[in-house]
Amino acid sequence: METRSTTLLVLGGGPGGYVAAIRAAQLGIATTLVEGDKLGGTCLNIGCIPSKALIHAAEQFEQACRYAQDSSHGNLPRSPLGIRVESPRIDLAQTVRWKDGIVTKLTNGVASLLKKNGAQVISGWARIVDGKTVEVTSGAGQEPLRVVCEHLLLAPGSLPLALPAMPFGGRVISSTEALAPPALTKRLVVVGAGYIGLELGTAYRKFGAEVAVVEALDRVLPAYDEALAKPVAASLRRLGVQLHLGCTVQGLNASGDAVRIRNAQGEESALPADQVLVSIGRRPRTEDSGMHTLMLDMNGRAVRIDDQCRTSMRKVWAIGDVTGEPMLAHRAMAQGEMVAEIIAGRRRRFAPSAIPAVCFTDPEVVVVGRTPEEATRDGLDCISALFPFSANGRALTLESGEGFVRVVARRDNHLIVGWQAVGRGVSELSTAFGHSIEMGARLEDTAATIHTHPTLGEAVQEAALRALGHALHI
Amino acid sequence: MGIHVIKMPDIGEGIAEVELVAWHVKPGDAVTEDQNLADVMTDKATVEIPSPVAGTVLALGGKPGAVMAVGSELIRIEVEGAGNVKAEPAAARRAAAPSAPATQTKAVPVAAARREPAAPETKSEAPAGSPPAPAAAPAAPAARRSGDKPIASPAVRRRAWDLGIELQFVPCSGTAGRITHEDLDAYARRDLALGHAARAPDSGARYAERNEEEAIPVIGLRRKIAQKMQEAKRRIPHFSYVEEIDVTELEALRAQLNAKWLDERGRITLLPLLARAIVLAVREFPQVNARFDDDQGVVTRYSAVHIGIATQTEAGLMVPVLRHAEARDLWSSAAEIARLAEAAREAKAAREELSGSTITITSLGALGGIVTTPVINHPEVAIVGVNRIVERPMMRGGAVVPRLMMNLSSSFDHRVVDGAVAARFVQALRSLLECPATLFVE
Repeated sequence: METRSTTLLVLGGGPGGYVAAIRAAQLGIATTLVEGDKLGGTCLNIGCIPSKALIHAAEQFEQACRYAQDSSHGNLPRSPLGIRVESPRIDLAQTVRWKDGIVTKLTNGVASLLKKNGAQVISGWARIVDGKTVEVTSGAGQEPLRVVCEHLLLAPGSLPLALPAMPFGGRVISSTEALAPPALTKRLVVVGAGYIGLELGTAYRKFGAEVAVVEALDRVLPAYDEALAKPVAASLRRLGVQLHLGCTVQGLNASGDAVRIRNAQGEESALPADQVLVSIGRRPRTEDSGMHTLMLDMNGRAVRIDDQCRTSMRKVWAIGDVTGEPMLAHRAMAQGEMVAEIIAGRRRRFAPSAIPAVCFTDPEVVVVGRTPEEATRDGLDCISALFPFSANGRALTLESGEGFVRVVARRDNHLIVGWQAVGRGVSELSTAFGHSIEMGARLEDTAATIHTHPTLGEAVQEAALRALGHALHI
Repeated sequence: MGIHVIKMPDIGEGIAEVELVAWHVKPGDAVTEDQNLADVMTDKATVEIPSPVAGTVLALGGKPGAVMAVGSELIRIEVEGAGNVKAEPAAARRAAAPSAPATQTKAVPVAAARREPAAPETKSEAPAGSPPAPAAAPAAPAARRSGDKPIASPAVRRRAWDLGIELQFVPCSGTAGRITHEDLDAYARRDLALGHAARAPDSGARYAERNEEEAIPVIGLRRKIAQKMQEAKRRIPHFSYVEEIDVTELEALRAQLNAKWLDERGRITLLPLLARAIVLAVREFPQVNARFDDDQGVVTRYSAVHIGIATQTEAGLMVPVLRHAEARDLWSSAAEIARLAEAAREAKAAREELSGSTITITSLGALGGIVTTPVINHPEVAIVGVNRIVERPMMRGGAVVPRLMMNLSSSFDHRVVDGAVAARFVQALRSLLECPATLFVE
């Protein structure tokens, strides 16, 4: 068996793994990355990027439909902008090709960045032999390659969680399949009103599918606070998405073409479905690489790590989704960069003040730092204030006067501890939010920064001003 | 074979956390029933935890110095038979736990609102009924509190890591407790300066700069003392009052008593006399023989006089309690004070002997100095401090005469004891001590 040796061996080429490999290589560490599928992981191939591409396409199409005289789907009003379009159509195969083009461009980009920085990439599936040895098989019948390393970095990511009553297969699909639709599904049932289900459900609805969302809890986006979820629920209703809240899924019916659900009163009903998207969460991917042989300490299903991403085994590191929530690409990237620097001998710790989270629903939702409830729970005496986009000029010109920006700050010294926003395009505000929290900004800092007019960002400044008791535009 | 888990027992008085002081066993040791496993400490006393079972120690729940929550796992013992790990839910264990400690702790829930104890026998452990922590703490100061994350921009944090500096030690100049690059530079320069000085050539040992630092962990009794003092000073607005007392007569009486009764009854020091004076004075001023539960907003006055005697021990300050001073004669008080001091110094004082005082005496003896500002033994409301006795020229009837003079430095909780009351109380002590015969008039 051929044996190679390396200083750092990264298992998984997702955003965590590839960033770790690039940074380690930059720092002069002999680095090898093993990836069985395509570089870029879930994020680039079957997650963030393709979903955002589809969401954009769906939005454009929906807008065109809205401009059309005979708006055939939803109860949307005719365009007040005066744009009139004749019966728009969508060529979904082309949409998917366009999306795939973006994905390919980005994954190729990752490959060339790895190469440029001098990180070795081995294509194949890894099987962990011990904490310093991994065997990589690149294809059936191929002689496995043995890689011996000093540091092992686990970045295998996560997989969609399946419903025991309705395993994946046939009409039951995960986000992966939903992101590569061969043709437009007529009737889609989405199980789980978390951000993944709502993002895809909304996109499908805008493409023209009939969409029903089933959620066991009594509201959409149950992980987010109610004020943020409300405009999303309203918009889903406006788009004509059926919401079945407080309902549990019993499984497919006998003929396999409808989802049986049961509401809180115990009444059963069936939702006809051509496809069922199960999006009830993701789980750390720990089983297929022989990771269990390392007997690492676990934290539930996730690998337990400390604030330097060290596992319970010396020189075995873990980053990203495999280490549990929050399963976000930007967290994995930051962890990957940090681990590379620690291995290079620098003193680092994973100590962000906040990890932003965004839902690309319509409207979008952003959460950075603590909500008022979380701050109270943490024992902080806080003030909070919100500024509605209905009082923001730019929002009105974008037809997005719905939603708000909210700031949460300590009452005693006005240190900003959290930002939340809901509204069209607010995902881009997360940068400002994260920056102010990491810099330790006080309300006065944000309030005294000149924010560009006319932009949605003015709502950020106004929220801070309002928290200080002297908002100018409300 | 089964596993028996012993949880940190609830040793009463609403204590939620207990400090682990020492282990007497280590993993692998065989233990017998009733063998002492560990010493734990509350703010009152050290308690031994005996093993309720025989077996082999598997794992210890913490290191000495660790503060553990009541109900957390203390030790894991492998035993014959089923053990208790799955059989008994944690809540049941916790309820059953008080049977474990060696000291028989009687958590006497005394209604804090009771103004007058029905009989002198009533235990005055008022805090038993009070909530463990005040929910509505006073407004936090804007500065960084211990435990607060230091606030610094990502670049500052990264530089600090590179420099090997822990940000929580860096003084901040920025608003809202923000640490700036300049703060970091200043701190690093200081570090560097210290480092250079340490490496300076040894030019003559005697006058060489010395830069060794020794970090002493504040644990055990010292931590308890620190917390107690902080609590007293944080909660109580102290009001101090110093009065000069002519103890010539008192000292003459003491000398006479000792000359006559020393062999039969033992030595009388100043303390039993002062205790007697306090017993008499508090009858007139019940406000000062009291405990103030400021969380509940209730002052409990006591007819019993349990006098705490602040005692210096090797480990630090302890306050054993002279119980029912009102029911003791001079020699009984003297003997009890001597016994308690000895017990405290040898760390043998039981928890009951270290709690429940209603007023405290502090005396530095020969080191007494001129004036002290004693810290009240929270939740009491008064402390009486004894200063040094010196012979001084005093004017008496137009002539200068030598008199033995002593200052009494007392502190009072000004929230519940008014200045005038405090002053009158000390004046009452003065007249009792200056005319010792009155000490024995009921």
